Amino acid sequence: MTAFQIILMGLLIVCAVSVSFSKNLLNAILIYMSFSLVMSMLWICLESPDLAITEAAVGAGITSVLFFVTLKKIHAIDASEPDTKEEKENE
Amino acid sequence: MSKKKTAEEYQKTFAFRFFRWLSGEKDPYSGEVEMQPQKEYRPDPEAALRREKEHDAIMDKVYDTEHNKWMHLFHRLYQTTSILFCLFLIALLLVTVSYLPAIGTVTRPVNNEVSERYIEKGLEETGAINIVAGMILDYRAFDTLGESHVLFVATITVLILLRLNKTEKDEAEVNDRRFEPKNDAILQLVATFLVPVIIIFGIYIILNGHLGPGGGFSGGAVIGAGLVLYLNAFGFKKTERFFTEKTYKWVCFFSLSFYCLAKSYSFYTGANQLHSVIPKGTPGTILSSGLILPLNIAVGLVVACTIYAFYAMFRKGGF
Repeated sequence: MTAFQIILMGLLIVCAVSVSFSKNLLNAILIYMSFSLVMSMLWICLESPDLAITEAAVGAGITSVLFFVTLKKIHAIDASEPDTKEEKENE
Repeated sequence: MSKKKTAEEYQKTFAFRFFRWLSGEKDPYSGEVEMQPQKEYRPDPEAALRREKEHDAIMDKVYDTEHNKWMHLFHRLYQTTSILFCLFLIALLLVTVSYLPAIGTVTRPVNNEVSERYIEKGLEETGAINIVAGMILDYRAFDTLGESHVLFVATITVLILLRLNKTEKDEAEVNDRRFEPKNDAILQLVATFLVPVIIIFGIYIILNGHLGPGGGFSGGAVIGAGLVLYLNAFGFKKTERFFTEKTYKWVCFFSLSFYCLAKSYSFYTGANQLHSVIPKGTPGTILSSGLILPLNIAVGLVVACTIYAFYAMFRKGGF
C-alpha cells in the first residue's frame, strides 16, 4: 500500500466522520460528494476503473444533485446558519 | 345475436347508470342525500385553557428530569447502553475482519474454479476483452437484467410518490424557478460546450464497454448527468422537445423487452447445446463479442432515461 492510498483512506474516514457531525445539511452533502470522489480514486488504485467511473458519475454526480433538489424543495438551503437561528429562538 | 334495446329501456339498465357515473355526468347522491351546512369553527377558550393546563401538568410530571428519579435513571441507562452497544459492534466487526484472509494469497476462497474459468475461457467464450463486461453481460446477464428492472421499478415508485395532478403541476412549474435566474448566460454558454462532450463521452463508454473499462450502467449515468445539466441550463421547455414521459416509457419498454428476448434466446440455445446464430466477431473490434454490445446499449438507455426521469420528478413531479 503506497502513501497515496493511505492518505486517501485517511480522507475517507475524515469525510465519513464529519458528515455525521456537520449540522448544516448543505455542508453534509458537499462532504458526501467529496467522499464519493475519494472513493472513486481509491477504486482506480485498486485497479477497478469500471467501478471508479460509476462511483464518480452516480455517487458524486447524480445522488448529490438529487439531494440538492430535495433540500431546495424543503427550503433547507436558505437556513445557512442553524446555530444562530436556534439561539435567536431561545432568546 | 344480441337483442337491441331501445333508448328508454337502456336508460333503466345498470350499465347505463354505471357508465354515467364513471364518466362523471351525474352524481348519484346529488339531490337524494341531504347535506347539512358545515358549522363555522369557533374555538372554545375554556377548553383550550384546560387542555393547556393538563399538558403542562403532564410535562411537569414526566419530563421534569431533575425530580423524576426514574427518568434520570432511564437516561443514564440509555446513554451507557448505546455507548456499550457501539463499542461491542466495533469490536465484533474488527474481530471479523481479523479472520478474513489477506489480499493476494493463493488460498483465498475467491480463487476457485469459477473465477479461473472466467479468466481463462472468458475471451474465448464471450469475445469480450473486458472480462468484467463478459461476466456481467454474458455469464451473469440474468443479474444485470434484474438490476435494470430494479431501476425501472424504483422510477415507478418515485413517480407514484411524487406525482402531481394538473393544477398542482402548473403551480409547481411556476414555483420551480422563481428564485433562480431564468436564462443564466454563463451556465448556458458552459452547457452548450460541455453537454455534447459529456454525452459523447457517455456514448463512448457504452460502446467500448466490451473493450475497456465502462459499460451500460456507468455510460448511462454519464449521459443522464449531461441531460440534467442541459435541463438546468435551458429549462423544461427545451428538453420537452425531445424527452417526455412518453419517450421515457417507450425507451424503457423497448430496451427492457429487447434485453429479455435477447438473453432468453442465448439462455435457450446455451441450455440446449444449440448453435447460436449470433456471431462472436474478432475480439478487439467494436462489432464483436456477440450480444454484449447491444445489451450494453439497452442498459445504458434505461439508466440514462431513469436518471433524467428521477431529476425531473424531483424538480416538478413529472416530465
